[in-house]
Amino acid sequence: MSQRDEGLVSSDQTLVTTIGLEVHVELKTNTKMFCGCPVGFGGEPNSRVCPVCLGHPGTLPTMNEKAVEYTTKIAMALGCDIAPRSLFHRKNYFYPDMPKNYQISQYDLPVGERGSLEVEVDGEFFTVGITRAHLEEDTGKSIHVGGGGRIHDADYSLEDFNRAGTPLVEIVSEPDITSPAIARAYATELRAILEYLGVSDVRMEEGSMRVDANISVAPPGERGRKVEIKNMNSLRSVYRALEYEERRQREVLRAGGTITQSTRHWDEKAAKTQELRTKEEAFDYRYFPEPDLVPLEPAVEWLRQLREDQPELPIERAKRYERELGLTPYDAGVLRSTKALGDLFEQALAAAKKADAKQVSNWVTNDLMGLLAAVPEGTKNPPLTGSNLAELVDMVVEGALSKSQGQQVLQKMIETGRSPRQIAEESGIKQVSDEEALEAAIDAALAANPDVAERLRSGDNKPFGFLMGEVMKATKGQGNPKVVSGLIRKKLS
Amino acid sequence: MGIGRQQVEHVAKLARLALTEEELDLFEEQLSRILEHANTVTNLDTEGVEPTSHSMPLMNVLRPDEVIPSIGSEAALANAPAAEDGHFRVPRILDDES
Amino acid sequence: MTELWERTAADLASLIASKEVSAAEVAESCIARTNEVEGEVLSYLTLTPEAARAKAAEVDAAVASGEPLGPLAGVPMALKDIICTAGIRSTAASKILDTYVPPYSATVAQRLYDAGGVLLGKANLDEFAMGSSTENSAYQVTHNPWDLSKVPGGSSGGSAAAVAAGQAPFSIGTDTGGSIRQPAALCGVVGLKPTYGLVPRYGLIAFASSLDQAGPLTRDVRDAALVLQVIAGLDPKDSTSLPSPVPDYLAALEKGIEALKVGVVKEISGEGVDPAVQTRFREAVQILEKLGAQVGEVSLPTFGYGIDIYYLIAPAEASSNLARFDGVRYGLRVDGADVEQMNRATRAAGFGAEVKRRIMLGTYSLSSGYYDAYYLKAQKARTLIARDFARAYEEFDLLVSPSAPTTAFGIGEITDPLTMYLSDICTVPSSLAGAAAISVPAGLSSDDGLPVGIQFMARPLDETTMLSAAYAFEQELGPLPKPPLWSQS
Repeated sequence: MSQRDEGLVSSDQTLVTTIGLEVHVELKTNTKMFCGCPVGFGGEPNSRVCPVCLGHPGTLPTMNEKAVEYTTKIAMALGCDIAPRSLFHRKNYFYPDMPKNYQISQYDLPVGERGSLEVEVDGEFFTVGITRAHLEEDTGKSIHVGGGGRIHDADYSLEDFNRAGTPLVEIVSEPDITSPAIARAYATELRAILEYLGVSDVRMEEGSMRVDANISVAPPGERGRKVEIKNMNSLRSVYRALEYEERRQREVLRAGGTITQSTRHWDEKAAKTQELRTKEEAFDYRYFPEPDLVPLEPAVEWLRQLREDQPELPIERAKRYERELGLTPYDAGVLRSTKALGDLFEQALAAAKKADAKQVSNWVTNDLMGLLAAVPEGTKNPPLTGSNLAELVDMVVEGALSKSQGQQVLQKMIETGRSPRQIAEESGIKQVSDEEALEAAIDAALAANPDVAERLRSGDNKPFGFLMGEVMKATKGQGNPKVVSGLIRKKLS
Repeated sequence: MGIGRQQVEHVAKLARLALTEEELDLFEEQLSRILEHANTVTNLDTEGVEPTSHSMPLMNVLRPDEVIPSIGSEAALANAPAAEDGHFRVPRILDDES
Repeated sequence: MTELWERTAADLASLIASKEVSAAEVAESCIARTNEVEGEVLSYLTLTPEAARAKAAEVDAAVASGEPLGPLAGVPMALKDIICTAGIRSTAASKILDTYVPPYSATVAQRLYDAGGVLLGKANLDEFAMGSSTENSAYQVTHNPWDLSKVPGGSSGGSAAAVAAGQAPFSIGTDTGGSIRQPAALCGVVGLKPTYGLVPRYGLIAFASSLDQAGPLTRDVRDAALVLQVIAGLDPKDSTSLPSPVPDYLAALEKGIEALKVGVVKEISGEGVDPAVQTRFREAVQILEKLGAQVGEVSLPTFGYGIDIYYLIAPAEASSNLARFDGVRYGLRVDGADVEQMNRATRAAGFGAEVKRRIMLGTYSLSSGYYDAYYLKAQKARTLIARDFARAYEEFDLLVSPSAPTTAFGIGEITDPLTMYLSDICTVPSSLAGAAAISVPAGLSSDDGLPVGIQFMARPLDETTMLSAAYAFEQELGPLPKPPLWSQS
């Protein structure tokens, strides 16, 4: 994946790419949008259901308070105007994973409209408009049996309604995105914000965040035909799929052809988009206001409180780290990648007595990140405290531990959750910087290897490493290398 | 202000109703007459009038986000016309959802 | 010597509570009466005598051990089969729900059970509450106890007939455009449609969500107040259910009507109403004047458009509410090569003609290109109806009209849907405005000897005024003859 992307530095100046992203986010509430069934992933089929989310006759929806709160928070974080009056509408269409054959969604009065999101690609900043953020309910899941498990050659299908009714927020961007790289940055940034707000697990591989795109390529000033791309199951797929499609459309146009408005499915394995069976006509959803639910009119005081409680958003955090702590964009980018990681960094920095921002940051970005990769949800839930991290970095800065000893201790910290001092004491890991003790070791090594001393005194530096090694062996690897080498030089000068 | 035969067929498709030729003929005639009658509503001046989406002035009716035990898969499938492996079984789906 | 089945709900509750009779005796009396006339009347789709006996036994045990009793303890009842009852088949009189057994009970059913009510069975209706005669039931046509060749009205025809025939002291029906009041009028019983939102809709198989309301059909106004007291009130499972506290309807019953300002609604009391019905209505109005009410006439021009507005809104909501009947999760399934074919075949086989017609009408009025001209326009016009009501209530405390434009017509007599829709002209406006309304027997037509009803309409949430006026009228009018079927033993 190259940093410089064709979309930004286009070799073909005569075709313009226009992308809009539609992101669906499953909210991390306890219960479904319109009933008290628990929300979750997996489980026995049709075990998290009730008459309401099964669409039984006579049942009625009741609005989940938390879902409304989370949606409002999302809309605010995206800079949207919050509607003083918002309504639910019925979106009517038949599909076997739809318990009522209408979806309760929002139409012309969504929770939030007219927001924006700033994203950064290789140091350049782009603002993408957000058309709207609205709340709706998710469908059930279909399993297609027979054929290849794909819908088109299946013999029959099986429906599981566990997911039906899960609260879903739909975030629609303006068609402001001009390259696949910006699209990926947008999706990444959006995911980070949602994670910061604590409103969703945003695991694309589990479907708690889904990205669909509309992309058109056309000569500047002309409106291209939109192609919808579905089935991009990771941020990487978003980039790859759009990059493929952009290339495909360009080739078609350059060859003098035209693009058909259609829906295409991204095939990760084959690394291409494939046209789905196209429908003869656009769907008529027959939207009308949901008579079983009443309007939402958020209280001004409640909105004010939500605004106040909004955490610092990722991009603001990164900018602050660069501005106030002098960190590089790369470092800031890693530290802000999850809320927990940034919080950990800040807690450690506050607790550190000797270490500075750069030093704490390096320990996080260079050493901790690698170790967290092996821990499930490691960056969202790092298994160590800020004060312990601070203690570790301080110990290395002071010389109580060498860099490599520090790495060892850090690993143990993650495994056991104990403090570095405890771990160092129990394992007997410490760095010896005491000159007397080290001199003794050096003297002993020199005594055992008289020829080495001769050669070193005569200016031959080759055996220096060997001597260091002997001293380190004698000190069980705990000798402070800097002090040892300094002492050796002093002795031999 | 009648409804044409093509319209009737289109509406039947939207409503997932398989109608016979006789039914289509009958509905075309009946719906046309009903709509013609109902069309007198256009005589009412509704300039600047808000539609009644809800007759009572209620708002912000919310439910706390607390789990209520589900009915369990056995009860869920009790009325199922066809079930397999704890799922509701349906014939093949041709169209991908919109 | 009156039989137990002839007594009112209030009387029976009182007799049982005072241990003068047992709940078991009452239940047996109603079961026997039901069996005696059911072959002629056909009020019920499902009879539940065993459940009734079991519940009656429970009540008797509670009475014996001195436990506190609910206000309807031991009183038998019929519930319109559009009301979900856990473990008991609930069909909405449709083939598409022929085998459907709900896993839950409607709030109204549960409240009645908790009050001690004894379920005798599920009453017949027009399929999915769509109709004014009960002829649209997929199973059977109910016969009017006053004249078995006539319809009982609809859609709550079974509920009305059961009470009129003496099979149950009270029943619950639902009213969307008049479906409690019109059959009540045609069967000579009391039928009450509460303010929209007063009685919870959770568990009522939905027809038109912004209009549906469940309400009592009873032999007198006191019983209507008694039953309403039990079923009214906030339900957290229904977001449109009103949070206002429920007043004591029985306490206010004998307030009287003196000095009350009563308006006769011109648009639904004259032209379009059968002359014999008008006659009884005018006499009823005179009784109100005699009782001290100040009667005037009021013109509410939008009321004349009520049917048109209603038939653009109700079918639209219905078309969406009935989309869930697709053969996937419950109910009838007719197989197909693919799921769409299965849906289409299932719905074609499962729905009757009137239901299909309204689904078509509703789908059309919501569809792209027509939404503004039909559905949206109708919802705006609906606001005008509410405004007309509000205007009228500045001048009057109550509005009155006949409950239905005709007396009971013959089974099979009206075949044109549009003509059938006009049965609702008197009742539809108050439905559209969400107002409270009650139909009270006003006598028999001099033409055919069949019952005529007078409709009282109150401001939203002013059932108290409506009930006290209805009660005063009923008491003054005095007892009316019973249907010929009544004396059959």
